[in-house]
Amino acid sequence: MAYVKVKRRELTFAERMYLPAILKGLSHTFKHFVGAGGRAGVTMQYPEEKWELPNFYRGVPALVKDEDGREKCVACSLCEFVCPPRAISIIPQEIEGVVEKAPEVFDIDMLRCIFCGYCEEVCPEEAIFMSKEYEICGTSREELVYGKSKLYEIGLTLGDDGGVTDATKKWERLAREQSEQGVDTHQGADTE
Amino acid sequence: MHTLLAATAADSEGFFAWLNALFVEQTWPRALLIVIVVGLTVPGLVSALVWAERRGSALIQDRLGPNRCGPFGMFQSFADLAKFLFKEDVIPGHVNKPIYLLAPAIAVIPPLVALAFVPFGANVFIADVDTGILAAFAVTSLHVYAISLGGWASNSKFPLLGGVRASAQMISYEIALGLSALGVFIIVGDLRLISVVEMQTDGWMIGAGETLRSAGDWTRLFDWNIFKQPLGALIFMIAGFAETNRHPFDMPEAESELAAGFHAEYSSMKFALFFLGEYAAMVVFSSLFVVLYLGGWTLFGLENVLSDWVTSYGAENAGWINWASVAEGFLHVGIFFSKTLVLLLFFIWVRWTLPRFRYDQLMRLGWVRLLPLSLAWLVVTVIGVAIVRGL
Repeated sequence: MAYVKVKRRELTFAERMYLPAILKGLSHTFKHFVGAGGRAGVTMQYPEEKWELPNFYRGVPALVKDEDGREKCVACSLCEFVCPPRAISIIPQEIEGVVEKAPEVFDIDMLRCIFCGYCEEVCPEEAIFMSKEYEICGTSREELVYGKSKLYEIGLTLGDDGGVTDATKKWERLAREQSEQGVDTHQGADTE
Repeated sequence: MHTLLAATAADSEGFFAWLNALFVEQTWPRALLIVIVVGLTVPGLVSALVWAERRGSALIQDRLGPNRCGPFGMFQSFADLAKFLFKEDVIPGHVNKPIYLLAPAIAVIPPLVALAFVPFGANVFIADVDTGILAAFAVTSLHVYAISLGGWASNSKFPLLGGVRASAQMISYEIALGLSALGVFIIVGDLRLISVVEMQTDGWMIGAGETLRSAGDWTRLFDWNIFKQPLGALIFMIAGFAETNRHPFDMPEAESELAAGFHAEYSSMKFALFFLGEYAAMVVFSSLFVVLYLGGWTLFGLENVLSDWVTSYGAENAGWINWASVAEGFLHVGIFFSKTLVLLLFFIWVRWTLPRFRYDQLMRLGWVRLLPLSLAWLVVTVIGVAIVRGL
């Protein structure tokens, strides 16, 4: 293979002394030290300051209640079946009222959850949503299995600003989006 | 010589008279007092330095650094110390246990002992040794044993490499260090460190018994040895960086090459002792630099003005303690440590600016550049002194 001999530039005396370069470097770091280096002050003070999370963020799955304060979950166990890491475990119970079933126990093992959001997608009752909660910590494994009360508590953090986080209007939103995109929303209804 | 207790105390009876007699007739009580003060000050200074290093490096890199623990994160070092104390003390099974345990102790003791030879003020010193600088160098050079023994006793690859590098590096740079400092002592004609400081108030010799002071008081600004020995000071500084294993010469640690180098197998308090030793060595080197080149406790003659002021104030408020003497001592120590602190911050500044030297570059710089240069400078100094003193 052909090769090219690169002629290296002779270093000047000042360059070989190395000291002028050191002084230049010191002045550069001093500029940064006094905050004139360009990117000073970009650090976010985490527990006090937090990121603005986008609406599509998938945090801890949370349960919600309807506008009358009833549990929306009917313990159909679809989320339990679809959950890839099997983080969800549900024990149903019979109740009196509009629906016949509700979960007696609804546990999500947060050590197993992979935040895939399948539970939210599969839920026919719009009862489970991915919240923006991401600070998951505990001092024992048991503490990190989130029970029903904890999941409803997190559900309260879901706003109703009309986006994905609108905890009670999932189908309406889907229908709206589909009509916006020109999808025939009555196709499914015809086959009923 | 100033005494710690007032003259009136000598006339009184009982405890104070006994105390005064003790301090006047014996030298060890005062030395003991200063030993205790220095022994408590240096670890405190080291923890402050660690904080300054972490905050300073963070600011240089546009970060914030530790800012949670106390005001501006100042108590971070103490939190770290508590952590070090309560951590499990792991001794790996493959080490040579006696030497492994000895190395951290050797890392701390020589720098602390070397401070005994440093005069912090005209009357604030632990030992006034006639061979001052030689004793200090002799003790600080023991520091290499800590690193090479620690690396050897760890009985694993990277620490061993770190230890080998350290021994070669520190021994090579010690020669340049000693030779560059020699110029100062040729000018002074005395190895006592107190004489070195006192000489730096004399002004430039321009002939036998004549100084440049006749040209005016402004010449006091140039009394310090750094103006008489600029190249010597530069070589001493560079060699000092290598001696204390600081960037850009931190070969024994060389994180990117040797993991943690010589202290890779050390954890908890034993690691903290190595850490303390490194920073204490920095304090020692900075103090020596201040004594040799930056005029010790002097400040262009201002220290005399200030000293007169504080001693007159102290004389008015005399009690059984000689406040004049104490105030002067604090003044001198204050000036001395301000200069030392500036140098220590310079150490930190350099560390976060320069990349590490390659090992062969380090050796070439030491043996091929600095050693001949310091010898040449020595010859220049000798000729200069001979001319000034009229042979």
